[in-house]
Amino acid sequence: MKFNERYEPVIGLEVHAQLLTRSKAFCGCSTEFGIDPNENVCPVCLGMPGTLPVLNLQVVEFVIRMGLAVNCRIAPKSVFARKNYFYPDLPKGYQISQYEEPICSGGEIEIDLDDGTRTTVGIIRIHMEEDAGKSIHDLDVDTLVDVNRCGVPLIEIVSAPDLRSPREAYLYLSKIRQLVTYLGICDGNMEEGSLRCDANVSVRLTGADRMGTKTEVKNMNSFRNVERALEFEINRQIRLIEDGGKVVQETLLWDANQNVAVPMRSKEEAHDYRYFPDPDLVPVLVDEDWINRVKKTLPELPTAKRDRFVTVLGLPRYDADVLTADRAVAGYFETTLEMVTVRGGSDARESAKQVSNWVMTEVLRVVSERKISIAEFPVSPGRLSELLLLLRGGTISGKIAKEVFEEMCSTGDSPESIVRSKGLTQVSDAGEIEEVIARVLADNEAQVKKYLGGNVKVFGFFVGEAMKLTGGRANPKVVNDVLRKKLEALKG
Amino acid sequence: MAVTLKDVEHVALLAQLSFSEEEKARLTAQLNQILEYMEQLNSLDTADVEPLSHVIELSNVFRTDVNRPSLPREAILRNAPVRTEKFFKVPKVIGDR
Repeated sequence: MKFNERYEPVIGLEVHAQLLTRSKAFCGCSTEFGIDPNENVCPVCLGMPGTLPVLNLQVVEFVIRMGLAVNCRIAPKSVFARKNYFYPDLPKGYQISQYEEPICSGGEIEIDLDDGTRTTVGIIRIHMEEDAGKSIHDLDVDTLVDVNRCGVPLIEIVSAPDLRSPREAYLYLSKIRQLVTYLGICDGNMEEGSLRCDANVSVRLTGADRMGTKTEVKNMNSFRNVERALEFEINRQIRLIEDGGKVVQETLLWDANQNVAVPMRSKEEAHDYRYFPDPDLVPVLVDEDWINRVKKTLPELPTAKRDRFVTVLGLPRYDADVLTADRAVAGYFETTLEMVTVRGGSDARESAKQVSNWVMTEVLRVVSERKISIAEFPVSPGRLSELLLLLRGGTISGKIAKEVFEEMCSTGDSPESIVRSKGLTQVSDAGEIEEVIARVLADNEAQVKKYLGGNVKVFGFFVGEAMKLTGGRANPKVVNDVLRKKLEALKG
Repeated sequence: MAVTLKDVEHVALLAQLSFSEEEKARLTAQLNQILEYMEQLNSLDTADVEPLSHVIELSNVFRTDVNRPSLPREAILRNAPVRTEKFFKVPKVIGDR
């Protein structure tokens, strides 16, 4: 998408990630998604008089993980605040959040741009808060309210206004999703609302220091919507300024059906949240010991893993990107590779490309065809490594290996038993292959004449016939060698 | 800093309360009285006192991440003035957050 080049967009994102805890942030109610309305509710999440919220320790562990992964400072002391507003899906009348003393501040995330360069996006803060309920406007003439989500723990990740295009915003958001899923703190599902994103957008003349007036865009509930909504809003602001108008600071809601961002009908007063420290919740103190303990539980992060796949395993950058995009896929690849090297007694670097090819072109193809996750994929890394070892050992050919793989995907059987029961073992015995080739040459005298007359292209035809006769089981290398020898002999 | 009639109207709106003109005048006076009383605190020298967010000297009170039973839905919806079988029901509101 090209914008008027006299202008430069300035974008900052606020990303909400729902934490993968079993229970809510301040009570024992379940956080399970898709439960019947108003089934996961108790007096604490309703804010009934006399109830006291108690913080879920896992929430703190998770937010520290995220903070460390993006090089934030972890505050030795942080407190919760009440953000006050009236809305039917917020029965307490306030949301428990953090305001003046958030737990994480001042980090950064590196993102890889399409041109291969890396850029750094500042993280202003990450804080803990609770989700609100859900208002349903289209089931009844009135609004229906389901408060199951009230109190579900979220972290809000606030970026600096460092993003310069909708594409960069998209890449940043993808990076956040990759990080939270690697860290195991959020499932990253935007469509189900586990990951949500609001954007602050302004434009300014390219090269100007001062920022333009910003608007806030909400309700972008998919990765594609984020890019589209930002494109829309940036163009709207540029056109407005070009026409001599002024951008008004307001909140817009993205309407994915109409492809437009519409101003929210809101009164100025609604933004007066009157934050104050929540007297029901005591401060959270995090010391060095705690930070170090969490540090030890951090997995290898995606960028580090990607770089290691390139430098240590010698994989092309493209392969490394595809394999590390999802932590579970990276895990599948690494386990397969380890089994191939251990059982086959080979070097990881030597086997990496073959394993990578199989995972990228075969495993990921079936996963996307069947619309399943890699965890549901029927061929385990152990089974795939057995198949690759049969291939490397010459028991089966590459073509047969793909057939066996398809069979493994549909039956879940081991490669050995498939090869045995279908008689797919590769024929490498030169004597056996000589017989086959003698037959091919005898059956195709016209083609042999052509070859002897100088048409060397016919060579491929003979190879094909030999493979056909053996049901694809002949070792292609041996076929080539024997065929060449026979034809040479005929020439002489 | 005195409370004006406008402040009262603003706070009333935030609290979703509506008052008559007489009530607004009375509340403006009462709020000012309360603030005047609080003004006494300004006579204290707090230059060397750390800002306080909690009066109880406790920190790090946590619960472990285990589920406890929620209330039955009937109990949750019992106080709702208007409801359906499974939902709270409120007048139509869209986007006015």
